[in-house]
Amino acid sequence: MAGGGAGLTVGTGPAPSLKRGAVGEAGEGAPELAGGGDSSGEAVVLQLLLYGLLLSSMGEEEGLRQTQLLDTMFVRGLKRKCFDGEEDIEGTLAGIKAIPSYNLQRQSLLDMSLVKLQLCHMLVEPNLCRSVLIANTVRQIQEEMTQDGTWQMIHTQSTGQASLDRLVSTDILCRSSREQAEGKHVSGYSAFNKDFEGDQAQDSSETMSTASSVQAPRNLQSNVWEMENPQENKGNFQKSLDQIFETLENKSPNSVEDLFSEVDNSYYDLDTMLTGMMSNTKMGHCDGLETFSSPTATASNSNFKSDLNELDHIVEILVES
Amino acid sequence: MEGESIYEVDSGDGLGADIISTVEFNHTGELLATGDKGGRVVIFQREPESKNEPYNQGEYNVYSTFQSHEPEFDYLKSLEIEEKINKIKWLPQQNAAHSLLSTNDKTIKLWKITERDKRPEGYNLKDEEGKLKDLSTVTSLQVPVLKPMDLMVEVTPRRIFANGHTYHVNSISVNSDCETYMSADDLRINLWHLAITDRSFNIVDIKPANMEDLTEVITASEFHPHHCNLFVYSSSKGSLRLCDMRASALCDKHSKLYEEPEDPSNRSFFSEIISSVSDVKFSHSGRYMLTRDYLTVKVWDLNMETKPVETYQVHDYLRSKLCSLYENDCIFDKFECAWNGSDSVIMTGAYNNFFRMFDRNTKRDVTLEASRESSKPRAILKPRRVCVGGKRRKDDISVDSLDFTKKILHTAWHPTENIIAIAATNNLYIFQDKVNSEMH
Repeated sequence: MAGGGAGLTVGTGPAPSLKRGAVGEAGEGAPELAGGGDSSGEAVVLQLLLYGLLLSSMGEEEGLRQTQLLDTMFVRGLKRKCFDGEEDIEGTLAGIKAIPSYNLQRQSLLDMSLVKLQLCHMLVEPNLCRSVLIANTVRQIQEEMTQDGTWQMIHTQSTGQASLDRLVSTDILCRSSREQAEGKHVSGYSAFNKDFEGDQAQDSSETMSTASSVQAPRNLQSNVWEMENPQENKGNFQKSLDQIFETLENKSPNSVEDLFSEVDNSYYDLDTMLTGMMSNTKMGHCDGLETFSSPTATASNSNFKSDLNELDHIVEILVES
Repeated sequence: MEGESIYEVDSGDGLGADIISTVEFNHTGELLATGDKGGRVVIFQREPESKNEPYNQGEYNVYSTFQSHEPEFDYLKSLEIEEKINKIKWLPQQNAAHSLLSTNDKTIKLWKITERDKRPEGYNLKDEEGKLKDLSTVTSLQVPVLKPMDLMVEVTPRRIFANGHTYHVNSISVNSDCETYMSADDLRINLWHLAITDRSFNIVDIKPANMEDLTEVITASEFHPHHCNLFVYSSSKGSLRLCDMRASALCDKHSKLYEEPEDPSNRSFFSEIISSVSDVKFSHSGRYMLTRDYLTVKVWDLNMETKPVETYQVHDYLRSKLCSLYENDCIFDKFECAWNGSDSVIMTGAYNNFFRMFDRNTKRDVTLEASRESSKPRAILKPRRVCVGGKRRKDDISVDSLDFTKKILHTAWHPTENIIAIAATNNLYIFQDKVNSEMH
């Protein structure tokens, strides 16, 4: 991992051109991001955030620094009295120095939790207490999101990359905010900004940026949709939660089997387990998220047994809605 | 307090030092047992006081080392069973031998430790090496005599309590009746008789019918020190349940539920995780219980279920860092806690090799560090301080410089004297308060 002068962590990832740009501009001046106050503002922020992100595994120390601000945000977020998503979006746009919205923080935490649930040690049974605590956190977040009406049936999040982007956004959220807290300009963002604008102008064909730009507007649309259909949401949400646990059960038989059931999985051979593990780690948390997405997306990377279960669930969901 | 590191665990297989996973004094404090991640148990014995060498008084030296558990493989689930020793509990001594229980995730073993310092010599039929003598050379009979020999400590497994647990055993506790003990895993608690290995009674079962409904697990449990019918178990939701075995065979219904209502101003997504109790210990008097959750230690009066009588902040400066600690999994660290012999001081570990002691009477607390640098032999420990911004004194450590890989999870206090054992990853430290050796 190369550390940029602006504190930007660059790791291995699918966006080499972005990496160059970011590092190169780290030392330069940092003009503020020009943000609009319109509804596509959040989309802009998301795209910027998602851009640089690499799936880097940070050392503990680094991770600790980079999520420092997320801690502060969460502590602050606790005391919030009402859902102020709209204001936060605009605030975030306004200077990029602003702290990302509570919704983004919460979403990051949800993603992080899902990753934790799925990344498991293959050989040794996972810690049941830890798994239960993380699962409870996930439930708590999802319940709150349902109440707020922000729960998204993420039809657009069907690709692994998009989900990864969202998780990775935690780093940028924290890093940028920390720099803001320290009173520095967020030069990282400005670097992104330049890349983004340049790419956008060229109608970039980068998969990541395409996915991001496609996803962001849909997020907003889904938001609206969610708010209009709270009842349907609740039913689907419950189904989805069950689905996620089922999926966890089937996808990584080693850990999750012990996590939630005592199903005898001795018929899984090492290959299947390895395949399941590999697809899990590659996709990361998106397996869980995919259960909320269109069924077709999930079917492609599941193994045989989970295919059957998912079909059942798909049928159930279709019947219910 | 002064002291030094007396032992470093080394797995000896070239893979690096092993991690101490449990520490326990026996009932007299003469012996100290440690278990490690490699399944080994090391027992230390305190040197008896000697007028000739007053400086050696009270030093602990290695008494015996043995391999308690080996790694196993569960063929049904295709999973390894770790050999890491989760807990060691001494049995009260009833004869010349010492006994202890050691457990890994699945199997509890009873070990008998005996000394041999004499051996018989002068057999009629065998020679010195044990070979049979040629009978024609035996011309007279002699009575074998016991001659002193170098002390030999023999450890033998007397009982193996296997197949009692589906989930990971987190605690064992010997009953005051000295005949039974209990073992607790994430969802169940079993009662065993020390002499019977093929049977155990299930006394608590919180497994839901549908595992998807699982939201709470058992985190620790202990028998009451005097009442053989009472035991307590703690949960991941921060509650304690006192159960009376006289009430029913299955103690799913608690006799008392100890739970502190949540503080709404501190509520966060991490509230539940940090409220999870990682350790529970009865006081020596049996009147109080000590619990450790992520940020605090609490003293509970058995007679009051609504809230603890005392709460001490261990490292409240971490409250604003919970998200980071969640990300790097540190928030799931299980710290233990301990009472001193007179129940006046409580102790628990923290990060950066710090450990904290709270005096319940004076309400004073101290932070000390267990590290090689700060404890040369018989060096006096000086108090440490973590600063949270604001004025920073010399030698203060800032919160951001704390090393979260150096955690003191396991600590033990001598039953009667001011001697403590601290396990810092792979090092064992013994600290003594020479000035105030006796309890007051």
